[in-house]
Amino acid sequence: MIPSTFDYVKAGSVDEAVAALAEAGDDAKVLGGGQSLLPVLRLRLNAPTVIVDVSGVDEMRTVADEGGSLLIGAAVTTYEVMHHDAIKASVPLLAQAAGLVADPAIRHRGTFGGSCAHADPAGDLPTVARALDAEFVIAGPGGRRTVGASGFFVDYFTTAVQPDEVLVAVRVPKLDGWGAHYEKFHRTAQAWAIVGVAAAVKVEGGTITGARVALTNMGPSPVRASSVESALVGGPATQEAISAAAQSAADGTSPTSDTHAQADFREHLARVLTARAVAKAAGI
Amino acid sequence: MTHIDVTVDGITRHGDVEPRRLLVHWLREDLGLVGTTVGCDTSNCGACTVLVDGRSVKSCNMLAVQADGHEITTIQGLADGDEWHPVQKAFKECHGLQCGYCTPGMVMASVDLLSENPDPTEEEIRNGLEGNLCRCTGYHNIVKAVATAAAEMKGASA
Ligand SMILES: Cc1cc2nc3c(=O)[nH]c(=O)nc-3n(C[C@H](O)[C@H](O)[C@H](O)COP(=O)(O)OP(=O)(O)OC[C@H]3O[C@@H](n4cnc5c(N)ncnc54)[C@H](O)[C@@H]3O)c2cc1C
Ligand code: FES
Ligand code: FES
Repeated sequence: MIPSTFDYVKAGSVDEAVAALAEAGDDAKVLGGGQSLLPVLRLRLNAPTVIVDVSGVDEMRTVADEGGSLLIGAAVTTYEVMHHDAIKASVPLLAQAAGLVADPAIRHRGTFGGSCAHADPAGDLPTVARALDAEFVIAGPGGRRTVGASGFFVDYFTTAVQPDEVLVAVRVPKLDGWGAHYEKFHRTAQAWAIVGVAAAVKVEGGTITGARVALTNMGPSPVRASSVESALVGGPATQEAISAAAQSAADGTSPTSDTHAQADFREHLARVLTARAVAKAAGI
Repeated sequence: MTHIDVTVDGITRHGDVEPRRLLVHWLREDLGLVGTTVGCDTSNCGACTVLVDGRSVKSCNMLAVQADGHEITTIQGLADGDEWHPVQKAFKECHGLQCGYCTPGMVMASVDLLSENPDPTEEEIRNGLEGNLCRCTGYHNIVKAVATAAAEMKGASA
C-alpha cells in the first residue's frame, strides 16, 4: 500500500530535528533507516503528518572512542556496525549480532539507534545493549539526558524516548579481556529471533570472574538473566558448570506464545541457547 | 511536492515527488523503469532490490525523497550496451529463474554480494541472498548462477 500523506523534513543537525518535532506536535515521527517505519506506514498502522529524517545528521553518523566506551551515533547503520574497525575490536558482540539482523539490504539502511528506538521484543541489537549496560543519549526541548539500558527499554515498542525527543547516540562500554557471543534461534533465513541470547564472560585462570547475559524475545523488552550471571561468577569455565548455570535462564521471564513458538518452548530455548552462548563466549 | 535530483542507471533524473512516494513507485511509474518489480507489502521478498551508491537496498522500503543526490542502479542499468552483466548471463545459462518475477532483485542482490565477496562459498551465497525470496526455483540454480558468475568475473579480472 501507499503511505498516507506527510510533510518531510530532512534535519541537518540534532537541534534542527528537535525543533522540527516541537513544531510538528504530537503527530511527528523520526525517520532513521526506515526499515521498520516504512513497513508500518505502508500497512497504515501509523499515519504521522510530519516525518523528520535524521539519517543525514553528521553527529549521529559518527563513532567516537571515549576510552572506556564507544559513543555510537544513532544513525550509524547496522551494516556499518558490522564492519566498523573500532566496534569489531572493542565490542565484537555488537558487530557479530549486527551481522545476524535481517538481511544485507535491510542492514544497509537500518540503523543501530532506530533498532533500539523501535524496541521490537525480537530485536537483536537492543539485547546486546542491555547485556552491556549501554547508555542512551537523548535530546529534547529541555536539552540532553542520558538513560541506562535498564530504564531505556520500557515495554513492547516503547522506550524512554518521548515523541518530542531524538535518540542521538548509544554509549557502549568496551569489553576488553571479555569473550562474547550472540546466539540467535530462527527457523528460516532472514527471520526475527524466536529467542536470542547475548552473552559476555570474563575468564581468569579457568574461573569465570564476570558474566553478562541478556535474552531476546523472552518478554516485552530485553531481559537480563541475572540468576545465570550470579551462578556463573566464581565458578569454573567448564561446559558442565555453564550448562548448570543456564538452567535458570528462563526464571523471571514472560515470553509470549505465538505462531512461531509456545511460551514453554521459548523457556526451553532460553536455557539451551544460554548454555551455548556462554560456552562460546568462554571459548569452549 | 519535493524536488529531487537522482542519478538512475547513469542518467541524471529530476523529479517533483510527494514525500510519501516510495522509491520503487517513482522508478516504475514516473520513470517507466518497470524492470524493478514489487512482490510484497512487508519488505521481505527483495524483488524490488536496487543498488543505492553501490549497495543493495529494497526500493519499496525507501522514500524517493531519500534518494535525492544519490546514485541508483536498477536491473535495467546493469548491461553494458548489448553486453549483459556476467550475473545476468549466468542466471540465463544456469536456468536460475522460472517465472522471472524475483529475478531483477535476485540479480541486484547477487551483484552486491559479489562486489563485497568475489569468491563466495555456497553458504555465503545462500546467506547473502537471504533477503530475496523465490517461489519457483528452489534456489539451487540461483546459487549455481552466482557461483558461475563469480568464476567468470574472476577469470575476466585475472
Ligand atoms: C524483513 C525485515 C526483517 C527484519 N529482521 C530483523 C531481525 O532479524 N532482527 C532485528 O533486530 N531487526 C530486524 N528488522 C528490523 C530492522 O533491524 C530495522 O532496521 C530496525 O528495527 C529499525 O531501524 P531503522 O533505522 O530502520 O528505524 P526506522 O524504521 O527509521 O524507525 C523505527 C522506529 O524508531 C524510531 N526512530 C528511529 N530512529 C530514531 C532516533 N534516532 N531517535 C528517535 N526515534 C527514532 C522511528 O520513529 C520509528 O518509530 C527487520 C526488518 C525487516 C523489514
Ligand atoms: S517488494 Fe518485497 S521487499 Fe520490496
Ligand atoms: S523465478 Fe519465479 S519467483 Fe523466482
